[in-house]
Amino acid sequence: MRECKIVSRRFELEKSYTLEVAKANGAYEALKKLKAYSPAEIIDIITEAKLRGKGGGGAPAGSKWTLMPQKSDKPSFLAVNCDESEPGTFKDRQIISKDPHLLIEGILITCYAIRAKHAYIYIRGEYYQYQQILQAAIDEAYSAGLLLECDITIHRGAGAYICGEKSALLESMEGKRGHPRLKPKQKEPEWYFGNPTLVNNVETISTVPFIVQNGADAYKAYGTEQSPGTLLFAMSGHVEKPGVYEAEFGTSMMEYINHYGGGIKNGKKLKALIPGGVSCGVLNAEEAEKLTLDYEALRGVGSSLGTGGMIIMDEDTCMVTALKNILEFYHEESCGQCTPCREGTGWVDKLVGKILDKRGSKADIDKLLEVADTMNGKTICVFAPAVATVIVSFIKRFRDEFEGAL
Amino acid sequence: MSFQFSEENLQKIEALKKRYPSPKALTLPCLWMAEYQEGFISLDAIEEISTHTDTPPMEVYRVATFYTMFHLEPQEKINVQVCKTLSCKLCGSDEIEKHLQGKDVNIVHVECLGSCGTAPVMQIEDVTYEDLTPEKVDMILKELK
Ligand SMILES: Cc1cc2nc3c(=O)[nH]c(=O)nc-3n(C[C@H](O)[C@H](O)[C@H](O)COP(=O)(O)O)c2cc1C
Ligand code: SF4
Ligand code: FES
Repeated sequence: MRECKIVSRRFELEKSYTLEVAKANGAYEALKKLKAYSPAEIIDIITEAKLRGKGGGGAPAGSKWTLMPQKSDKPSFLAVNCDESEPGTFKDRQIISKDPHLLIEGILITCYAIRAKHAYIYIRGEYYQYQQILQAAIDEAYSAGLLLECDITIHRGAGAYICGEKSALLESMEGKRGHPRLKPKQKEPEWYFGNPTLVNNVETISTVPFIVQNGADAYKAYGTEQSPGTLLFAMSGHVEKPGVYEAEFGTSMMEYINHYGGGIKNGKKLKALIPGGVSCGVLNAEEAEKLTLDYEALRGVGSSLGTGGMIIMDEDTCMVTALKNILEFYHEESCGQCTPCREGTGWVDKLVGKILDKRGSKADIDKLLEVADTMNGKTICVFAPAVATVIVSFIKRFRDEFEGAL
Repeated sequence: MSFQFSEENLQKIEALKKRYPSPKALTLPCLWMAEYQEGFISLDAIEEISTHTDTPPMEVYRVATFYTMFHLEPQEKINVQVCKTLSCKLCGSDEIEKHLQGKDVNIVHVECLGSCGTAPVMQIEDVTYEDLTPEKVDMILKELK
């Protein structure tokens, strides 16, 4: 397995979060290259590198940046998504606490490219400890005169998973409830108080300095044709050494788990795995053996790569209990705007609870799938469809366990 | 009105106004300031925030109730927020919760705290405590007393 450290290269250094250490180890070098390019040329480099958004969706960053107006009488903004609330995901926190200057450098380059003068970092309220490290780094950057052309402001959330969804995030930043907005019919930027705004994940922005400094080809030297580069993959659950370890796309899933994670905890066998946060469909051990860590491979089995935060479950895990746990999360976190989601998340939670309590019947499993179907494709955001996918994936792969629980 | 922002917070608010395109954006920052200043967000504080953010009090209230981290009533005991989401559950959050029962704290169930790699975890005020064991929980609570 090839070691590759694009985003995590300074993580292990002592006091890596300080300007002094970061700078001595290459931070802000890419900024020097910036002058040689026009903003549009920077966007071309990012497009050429095929950088994909690392917040869960994998959308090409270049196409999103291109939507931002190069000429406009309104100010443009950058909103960096550090909401990181998808269960199983804890990578952005590594960046802001171990190498905040990498993120700041990425923000400066991105703002240059999209002609924004102000960037906001929306951070989940629970990350206050890490927010303080990030704020200290921003203060240092101000003192060092690095933020002359662009301001950076941290905006703290206050506990709501849905604020990670990009339009809900902007609503929240506008001082409202975090309710996702209806999607426009055509491709356009996001809007913050009516101004064009780009929303990208912390890790996406933190990958930008490497690409600008080393060129698109250097990034594409890692990963696969369609998923180039690397990701801060992570592991939690039943694994010996949980944590965040950067790897290139296309790495074998089991090799990753065994190499970095030291295998399944207590020498047990793998039973199931959720590849990238609970919103991705569950996989069984057989599938995990064959899969590689990239968007295409996971889509091929009806799941998705998501944030790359894998949740690992050993042979003793009860899959009905696991699904119940996930559905409680969704029930708690639905923003309540759409009836199929607000009501549906409650119903499916109750139905699985009934099966778990041995009060269920075969009809309840069918009912569960039926409600899931009603939740799919009829809502403002993809929260409800994700719940449906998760339910179907559990029943499809572990139906016998659900029937055995009746 | 019985709630007033401290001098320090008023200065913060003025400084923040320059950093946003609209005062409405100050709703969450102001709610946080009130939460820290009083330990909860009173209806008087909501009124006060409304004047700084150019937002009707009812709207500020609607926002305050949407986010789970704000308290709308004074808190009597220590709130121990135990993560009960999947990775923590797989790694023994039930045991931690059982251990906490009967102690003089208020147990609050919360969803994933973004510390799944060091599960099980809990949060008290702004601090996350990771890799918990019952013994570790005892030590933490003892130090807080
Ligand atoms: C329910 C929901 C929750 C989301 N949570 C997050 C999150 O916590 N962090 C994040 O970066 N993106 C999250 N996203 C994705 C964002 O909507 C958005 O696509 C992303 O921030 C764009 O950045 P990227 O292209 O750099 O990945 C979420 C999406 C949905 C539908
Ligand atoms: S699908 Fe659910 S979370 Fe998304 S907007 Fe509708 S109610 Fe809110
Ligand atoms: S599941 Fe508990 S911190 Fe993520």
